[in-house]
Amino acid sequence: MLFYKLYKDADGRKVGFVQGNEACVEAALLAGMRFFAGYPITPSSEIAAVSAEKLPMLGGRFIQMEDEISSMGAIIGGSMTGKKTMTATSGPGFSLKQENLGYAIINEVPCVIVNVQRGGPSTGLPTQIAQADVMQARWGTHGDHPIIAISPASVSQVVTSTIRAFNLAEKYRTPVILLMDETLGHMREKIVLPREDEIELIDRKQTEDTPEEFKPFATKHGDVPLFAPYGKGYRYNITGLIHDEAGFPTTKTDEVVSLLDRLHSKINDNLDDIVEVCEFQTEDADTLLVSFGSATRSCISAMEKGRAEGKKIGVLQLLTVWPFAEKQIVKLTEKIKNVFVVEMNMGQIIGEVSRCSHRDAVVTGINKYNGIYITPQEILEKVKESR
Amino acid sequence: MKSAIHDYLRPKKKFPHVWCPGCGHGIILASIVRAIEAAGKNRDEVVVVSGIGCSSRAPVYVDFSSIHSTHGRALTFATGVKVANPKLTVIVISGDGDGMAIGGNHFIHACRRNIDLTMIVFNNNIYGMTGGQASPTMPQGDYASTAPFGTLERPFDVCKLANASGANFVARGVVTSPIPLEKHIKKGIEKKGFSVIDVAETCPTIYNFFNKTGNPLKMMKDLKAKAIPVQKANTMTEEELKGKIVTGVFADRYYPDFTTSYDKIIMDSAKRSMKDEESI
Ligand SMILES: Cc1ncc(C[n+]2csc(CCOP(=O)(O)OP(=O)(O)O)c2C)c(N)n1
Ligand code: SF4
Ligand SMILES: [Mg+2]
Repeated sequence: MLFYKLYKDADGRKVGFVQGNEACVEAALLAGMRFFAGYPITPSSEIAAVSAEKLPMLGGRFIQMEDEISSMGAIIGGSMTGKKTMTATSGPGFSLKQENLGYAIINEVPCVIVNVQRGGPSTGLPTQIAQADVMQARWGTHGDHPIIAISPASVSQVVTSTIRAFNLAEKYRTPVILLMDETLGHMREKIVLPREDEIELIDRKQTEDTPEEFKPFATKHGDVPLFAPYGKGYRYNITGLIHDEAGFPTTKTDEVVSLLDRLHSKINDNLDDIVEVCEFQTEDADTLLVSFGSATRSCISAMEKGRAEGKKIGVLQLLTVWPFAEKQIVKLTEKIKNVFVVEMNMGQIIGEVSRCSHRDAVVTGINKYNGIYITPQEILEKVKESR
Repeated sequence: MKSAIHDYLRPKKKFPHVWCPGCGHGIILASIVRAIEAAGKNRDEVVVVSGIGCSSRAPVYVDFSSIHSTHGRALTFATGVKVANPKLTVIVISGDGDGMAIGGNHFIHACRRNIDLTMIVFNNNIYGMTGGQASPTMPQGDYASTAPFGTLERPFDVCKLANASGANFVARGVVTSPIPLEKHIKKGIEKKGFSVIDVAETCPTIYNFFNKTGNPLKMMKDLKAKAIPVQKANTMTEEELKGKIVTGVFADRYYPDFTTSYDKIIMDSAKRSMKDEESI
């Protein structure tokens, strides 16, 4: 059952007043998602429910799995047939997905994992907001690995970010994490969905080699190998073991190093394409609020209120949380030395901000982790206090 | 003599294989390959999925699309492949540890869901790859590195579990009788819905190390002597059945499978969505 309705506006765009979770599915369908596997967990469950309802309308398929481990396995298997696949969860389920997330990374399987964050650790605060999985998104699965994580701040941004998550997953052949949070998942805002002709969609590049020539992890076309869907005559192996270009297990030291290096370089050599930030009134600012996800909203209000009182506040939203916006922080802290990192956890992304900031910059955390959304007043008070 | 298996071995690939001399895994793999061929499947449309273990290395050696997945999760990857593209024939290879311990929950749910996969359990009653820990199918009292005083726990009967959980086809073969084994696997592949073929086999390296079961040949002979067909077993008392391995077909049903049922939802939804679009 759907709890929202979309209407067409004069320009033929679908509009609606919808939850972040609902918007996520609408955008995923526009991006080409045709398979979803998931397991219910608050505050993400609407994503599964809407997917169950809508996917078959487009000839896609939904499955409710027995847990989050199996959901993650299923979207990897589904993606190997060439479909765009997604799963959605929250903290406890995100923990369960980690082993198979690593499998998707090492086998370069495009897929999107939504984590609608809630308070933790453990069962934590099931129905309340937190942004405390940001480091888990980075390092949750074991071993050296790169990751892409995107964190939208409004329901409209959920739409653009979800489409972008699929595009990045396809372009770089990697899992992409869409890091939402309870507030964003459940709040309703107006969205205007782009028409199909207005969206740029990226599909993983398919091989033109013959099955005999084809190697699933060949580097001859660059760092991102070309894809062949299972079932189309390309019979190859994938494995979670370190593998050679043909997809077979190897322990040869040069092959080990070249796989790990390439997995990293395909992301790290393309930071300008992958890392996206939004700057708000940073040009003349002497105080910078760095944030991500829904906490950004209160930062922008705090900025507006502060500016009305003559305080030159600017905001930096890390729309791409991982890889980290190192270059942008370096540049901004060359001129802005008063930096606050606003996050709804006990201080996670602040470590990254401090690491990248100019040595004269003073970096202070503004943190809230009691399950209640942070207000602009709270941010502004902290900014004033530390002056 | 060149047989089907030679035709399906991956050319130029990572041979020699990892298995010990006398291990049962190779015989089961050959039976699977012959069964796929006998079922008349186009090899381009077959995907073989395994977990982690000595047995789960099997797909790496044969020329199909293959997923050597994570420990215990073969069924989850396979479910994704099948649901995303129901036209593919999906075969799952799993060890007794892989499929019944860490993957046990996926196993009963695949049975319940009756998804059209064929799962072959390489059942050597032990964790071979990790050096001989007790597995969920190890007979009570047998020894393992983690059961130095004999296992206290009772074993799962893979077929009873599958039968009770709703799989459409359930059978047990023995590695010492590859022809009936191949027939069971072929039947499983042809069957719509979830099929389980449990295969009793031997791990002469590790099982023998902890249980002094003898050399590979002796282990095979002992295994063969323990196997009795289900028809005969039905006439025997529980006492007589102790230590025996019952073989044959335990379930052969025709319940609708997951992806066929889902196709009906797609048909209905397509009609409904057209109506919705009009009302926008
Ligand atoms: C999550 C996880 N836990 C544990 C392991 C270690 N491990 C690898 S294989 C294996 C047991 C395999 O036993 P079985 O499935 O019976 O296969 P066999 O080697 O006997 O053929 C274990 C515990 C692992 N790879 N991953
Ligand atoms: S350890 Fe046992 S199961 Fe593993 S390859 Fe050797 S004989 Fe086979
Ligand atoms: Mg075993």
